[in-house]
Amino acid sequence: MARAVSTRRKTSFTVAAWAVSFLIFFPILWTFLTGFKTEGEAIASPPSFLFFDWNLSAYEAVNQRSDYPKHFFNSVIISFGSTALGLLIAIPAAWAMAFVPAKHTKDILMWMLSTKMLPPVGVLIPIFLIFRDTGLLDTRTGLVIVLTLINLPIIIWMLFTYFREIPGEVLEAARMDGASLRNEILYVLTPMAVPGIASTLLLNVILAWNEAFWTLNLTAADAAPLTAFIAAFSSPEGLFYAKLSAASTMAIAPIVILGWFSQKQLVRGMTFGAVK
Amino acid sequence: MSALRNATAFAAALLASTAIAQAETLTIATVNNSDMIIMQKLSPQWEEATGNKLDWIVLEENVLRQRVTVDIAAGGGQFDIITIGAYEAPIWGANGWLTPLDDLGEDYDYDDIYETVRAGLSADGSLYAVPFYAESSFTFYRQDLVDAAGIELPEEQMTYDQFRDIVAQLHDPDNGVFGTCQRGKAGWGENMAFVGPLVNAFGGRWFDMDWQPQLESDAWKNAINYYVDLMNNYGPPGASANGHNENRALFADGKCATWVDATSAAGFIFNPNESTVADKTNFTQAPKQVTDKGTGWFWAWALAIPESSKKVEAAKDFLKWSTSKEYVKLVGESEGWVAAPPGTRMSTYENEMYVSAAPFAETVETSILAANPADATLEPVPYTGVQFVAIPEFQGIGNFVGQQISAALAGQQSVDEALSNSQAFAVREMTKAGYIK
Repeated sequence: MARAVSTRRKTSFTVAAWAVSFLIFFPILWTFLTGFKTEGEAIASPPSFLFFDWNLSAYEAVNQRSDYPKHFFNSVIISFGSTALGLLIAIPAAWAMAFVPAKHTKDILMWMLSTKMLPPVGVLIPIFLIFRDTGLLDTRTGLVIVLTLINLPIIIWMLFTYFREIPGEVLEAARMDGASLRNEILYVLTPMAVPGIASTLLLNVILAWNEAFWTLNLTAADAAPLTAFIAAFSSPEGLFYAKLSAASTMAIAPIVILGWFSQKQLVRGMTFGAVK
Repeated sequence: MSALRNATAFAAALLASTAIAQAETLTIATVNNSDMIIMQKLSPQWEEATGNKLDWIVLEENVLRQRVTVDIAAGGGQFDIITIGAYEAPIWGANGWLTPLDDLGEDYDYDDIYETVRAGLSADGSLYAVPFYAESSFTFYRQDLVDAAGIELPEEQMTYDQFRDIVAQLHDPDNGVFGTCQRGKAGWGENMAFVGPLVNAFGGRWFDMDWQPQLESDAWKNAINYYVDLMNNYGPPGASANGHNENRALFADGKCATWVDATSAAGFIFNPNESTVADKTNFTQAPKQVTDKGTGWFWAWALAIPESSKKVEAAKDFLKWSTSKEYVKLVGESEGWVAAPPGTRMSTYENEMYVSAAPFAETVETSILAANPADATLEPVPYTGVQFVAIPEFQGIGNFVGQQISAALAGQQSVDEALSNSQAFAVREMTKAGYIK
């Protein structure tokens, strides 16, 4: 009897999980489907779900009118570049905060988080002027710097939480064996925290990939990433939902695929503390 | 001596090569609409002829406005050519943000551009942007439904009362046809583009001569009550979410009997490939009420050169090419005459090929000529603009009032509440900006 209840519970949990997943996934699915409709079908009411005249006209229009590879390349450089630079700064910082906390470490952590509460538009003009004067406008270097700074609090926080789960004694033992600070971080701490670092890396690549305020406001022709590519297909006049959906699908596909392949790492990283 | 000659020859060759290398790459930021897509498609012809290159940045209208405003106000110098509207051109020109465009040469034929259009893009007597299309608003209606109902449309400009009576007779939701579709989506460029001329027709104005907001006047109350009643009784469901695009699709799909909107949509509605009502649609001026002043809006999309651009000469050359009479002809011949940029040049409307391809040409011309931003209200006002007020503060005020009216249309508040909130907001903003004490 107990077994029957548990099976029923299991089934209902599975169904509920699928339902929630479908609900979360639905907007992406709808965008994907709309990309294969004609503009007329895209706004038809009632909308057709799967039974419509599948065609590639929206993709053709999108490819004719913009340079996808250029935007894609910029997105890759900006998101991976800013994440790499961020990790380079954040790993030592999180090490210090997790293993040798000072009197004000907690305050510093809170202060760092508080910078995320500032609306970006509040610092748009000062940053724009600094970029103008240093020649960083519309450069990938400029965007890598800005996105690193913006995501740094999150990277440090995430790594700090992971590092705290690692027993300090292990590092102490390494030190006793004569490991230098550099070796301790590189060869002892980092390998132990790989799942945590991997999920931090992935999450930040995703955040940087999707960032649409700074990447739109600080770029023009040369450094514009995929966010600018999407913005080109929304129109004040005329129908554009199919083209916009096609462009969105092309922009999010790489990151969805990356997330798909690395979901094991992601989940392991997210539940790092709990399974230990 | 020969060494000197050689050196001179070398220097000359070097100079010549730098002249060739001086071909410029211009960055052009623009909205995404059909006219600009055509321009993007044809521009390689200009690139080949001049050796210059164009980098196109196409952005959604609001993103573009924000992006360009920041760049131009902070002197970022990232753009050599920008697309701006009739709202920004005079304000930005007066701020000294744009390069004056009075010297494009005799052959540009400035006099061929409609005077209202030129005036709308000028400040202090200088032209700051050249138009690639201009529009007014007029009434689209379904001739087949009007005939079936046995309605005689008045010969002259009808009143909004007459318009409502006609709408009521054509309203047939059981057969999927709503009496009228008008913009309901909030925004100074969305619902307020319809509401502005409606208020003008009812004798209202945004501000009196002392810049005191007039949003609680009887004229505003009458106009907004009329609008909300009209849409609730004869409009499609969920009208407060419909903007230009949504109504355009509804009308093209045969769901609306009438629609007062941009003359530039006529090319789309009359294109049988995109519209199911291409052969059933007719048009007439936008209605009047207590006055016929300011009853059709005025809008133009135009190209301008930011003051911060370092490639002014090449940019001027492109502007001259892309807004010339020859360009209109080029579009007509390569894309079909119905796609020629409307509303800017008299020569377009004198061209028989265009007039025969575009049955709406004459009504569009009449509407554009009648739209006078300098005299659009019954009572005197200190501003210019038909559906907007050409001051920087208007964008914020217009958006707020748009939201209030959209909420009233959705039934979330009464018209009186919407207008009283709007008045309070406008007074606050105008006081803050120093117009009123």
